[in-house]
Amino acid sequence: MKTICFYFELHQIRQLKRYRFFDIGSDHYYYDDYANESMTMELAEKSYVPALKTMLEMIRENNGAFKVAFSVSGVGLEMLELYAPQVIELLHEINKTGCCEFLCEPYSHGLSSLASKEVFMEEVMRQNRKIKELFGKKPKVLRNSGLIYSDEIGEMASQMGFKGMLSEGAKHILAWKSPHFVYNCASASNLKLLLRDYKLSDDISLRFSNPEWSEYPLFAETYIDWIAQFPEEEKVINIFMNLSAIGMAQPLDSHILDFMKALPACAAQRGITFSTPSEVIDNHKSVGPLEVPYPLSWMDEERDASSWLGNTLQREAFSKLYSVAERIMLTDDKKLKQDFDYLQAAENLRFMTTKQNGIITERCIYESPYDAFTNYMNILGDFLARVRAQYPDMDNEELGALQQMIENQEVEIVQLEAEVEQLKTKLATKEKKAAKKAAAAPVEEAPVEAPVAEEKPKRKCVRKPKAE
Amino acid sequence: MKVLMFGWEFPPHISGGLGTASYGLTKGFVQQGDVEIKFCIPKPYGDEDNSFLRIVAMNSVPIVWKDVNHDYVNSRIGKVMTPEEYYRYREHIYSDFSYMHTNDLGCMEFAGGYPDNLHDEINNYSIIAGVVARTEEFDIIHSHDWLTYPAGIHAKQVSGKKLVIHVHATDFDRSRGNVNPTVYAIEKNGMDNADHIFCVSELTRQTVIHKYHQHPSKVSTLHNAVTPLEQEILDIVPKKIPNEKVVTFLGRITMQKGPEYFVEAAAQVLKKTKNIRFCMAGSGDMMNDMIRLVAQRGISDRFHFPGFMRGRQVYECLKASDVYIMPSVSEPFGISPLEAMQCDVPTIISKQSGCAEILDKCIKTDYWDINAMADAIYSICNNESLYEYLKVEGRKEVDSITWEDVALKLRRMYEKVLGW
Repeated sequence: MKTICFYFELHQIRQLKRYRFFDIGSDHYYYDDYANESMTMELAEKSYVPALKTMLEMIRENNGAFKVAFSVSGVGLEMLELYAPQVIELLHEINKTGCCEFLCEPYSHGLSSLASKEVFMEEVMRQNRKIKELFGKKPKVLRNSGLIYSDEIGEMASQMGFKGMLSEGAKHILAWKSPHFVYNCASASNLKLLLRDYKLSDDISLRFSNPEWSEYPLFAETYIDWIAQFPEEEKVINIFMNLSAIGMAQPLDSHILDFMKALPACAAQRGITFSTPSEVIDNHKSVGPLEVPYPLSWMDEERDASSWLGNTLQREAFSKLYSVAERIMLTDDKKLKQDFDYLQAAENLRFMTTKQNGIITERCIYESPYDAFTNYMNILGDFLARVRAQYPDMDNEELGALQQMIENQEVEIVQLEAEVEQLKTKLATKEKKAAKKAAAAPVEEAPVEAPVAEEKPKRKCVRKPKAE
Repeated sequence: MKVLMFGWEFPPHISGGLGTASYGLTKGFVQQGDVEIKFCIPKPYGDEDNSFLRIVAMNSVPIVWKDVNHDYVNSRIGKVMTPEEYYRYREHIYSDFSYMHTNDLGCMEFAGGYPDNLHDEINNYSIIAGVVARTEEFDIIHSHDWLTYPAGIHAKQVSGKKLVIHVHATDFDRSRGNVNPTVYAIEKNGMDNADHIFCVSELTRQTVIHKYHQHPSKVSTLHNAVTPLEQEILDIVPKKIPNEKVVTFLGRITMQKGPEYFVEAAAQVLKKTKNIRFCMAGSGDMMNDMIRLVAQRGISDRFHFPGFMRGRQVYECLKASDVYIMPSVSEPFGISPLEAMQCDVPTIISKQSGCAEILDKCIKTDYWDINAMADAIYSICNNESLYEYLKVEGRKEVDSITWEDVALKLRRMYEKVLGW
């Protein structure tokens, strides 16, 4: 029996405002509140609310036969909480039906998985806690930003206790293999992989309303027929997309909601069920490991990280941002941590792409990749200066010297502790002797304190030469 | 295909982009093989590159019959024209111009360049064009820029051949809208009489359609290109000041080029950083105003005016720069950013420039948006990756814009006009 696994991503970045270089050092607020409010509200009104309402209806009408998974980025959640709480209400209602699963993802929707293990793990766990708080259940399945996945990332996910990850059924990885099976991570066999069927996913998210498409207009019957016609042994059909595809990329007047609504009934007729990612992982064995040495993603024709890190501009911005990652992990400055989250969002890098693939790149307020880069680097300039104000830059030699000093001090502490022990025992024995003597002649008390007074100058003269 | 071209300047004696464009276009065109170009200019110096076309020296074409012997002609004008040619032209004098001021050879002198009596020179030029058009054999007439439109019209009337005119600039660009009525009249008359009009950019094409009321079907865009740099230029070793960046503006310091926006942007940048120098090379009627403005902003120590540059100096200046900027208020095309990109210099241009239509690997801002311009300068100077990207990719892009491609398009248009 075949099963369809529907998964939708909800995310909205915090838009950066126009930030000139002369603002560096004087203006520490980087966001365009008006754009953020209006864009989030538009997204909610045009897409999220109608789409989620439809899915809620679908679950209720089909008595739970329809199942779906969602993931909301941490930054996206913040935006929805602020500007469109009705979306979160709807998510709660869907959650109550029990026919839905919430997945985990990096809080910032950024590319930390490619930069810093510590940052990645920290923000995934933070998101995990947030989802548990909100929806009551700890996510067991991870989806990385842009569905980026590699063996290394799989290993990290497995270390964090996830049992599955979503990724792209990219041709250059799968070759002759089909995405309609469950695979496992090559370097962590207990982590299962669900791979997106990009053809079926894009049929809905990219092509549905395109009258020039050969399959236009697409009906639910046809769509389910395609799935039913797959070979018997291909059981899992993963359809992943941004929720904004419904309503934004494919406008509502294209009857995309009617299409969605008709899916469960058509599937039932052909004996096809719906599952959440966790159910798929629990009910299906892995057919084998999938080796992914280089990161793959669901973006562009190349299905790799090149839409975020394809040119030198993007790579510089990326490396500059994560150059302070360690210091951000150390700090308690909430504002700084928050800005780091917002600046990490992958879209900031995507705006700088210079790829020419025939599709016009959405660049928001930016006119060109250089414009996007300049604005981002200005903001980063201010941000990095703030980080440095707390944790100044150090060259490696200085850092090495300090580390050496800490190590020396540790050795010294051990030595001194031993010395203290020694002296204490000495003292104890002397005290005993003194007590005995005192019993004989109780006037003499001075020699008892002498060893303690001796200890202090000794410690000082040991530490000084080593610290230099 | 035989083309009679009227132009005003030709390298190496040029004062603007017109000469460079004339050279590139003709050179690209003759690559096609079956092409013969006669290129008329008012005052050749004899050191022009005539290896691929024939230069007609208009100041050596007689309009009054004089009895002069072979040796005398050779000694007088041998540098630019053979006595045989002189005699051939003399056969075709079509009217009595003895009332005009002519020299011992029956020719009219030209001052060259853009002198004060420009309108007289334009008129003289078109009188001589009548002799040339009666003498030479050609299929089509091609007039470069408004100075030669009257000559083109004259040649068309004499020969009955088709006339195409090439708009390298309009008076609307030069004057920010306050056109000189005489110039406008010459331009409009040229366009009205032309069988087809080439514009160096879509921007100019729109001006021609809307301000000169030409039918869109008669007007097409033929973007300029660049000639690859010679080895000698490529070998120039850039002189860079350590730990300092140089931002360069190179062009006539006139209203059209928007120099004051460059000064304002420089002032913004210098508020924030000190290791950038600004250079405004060139001369023009606004130069003194600019020197005053720079002083007013208190940035004279970082803002330099090296004056007019030519030939090799231009490339030395470009190569020493880290950013090239052209904030033109209205630029029909603007070949200089392409030259800067050839010299590996990242470039900022105004969106109001025609070359913005074909360039992608450069930063484009509105000419009035000094904040955006300052931001772009700061960004290139402070982010190595952006500098490198624009340098490398810009070079690649500009290397792919060739006159050969432009000439192919030109050929197709000629054939369309001629109905071949």
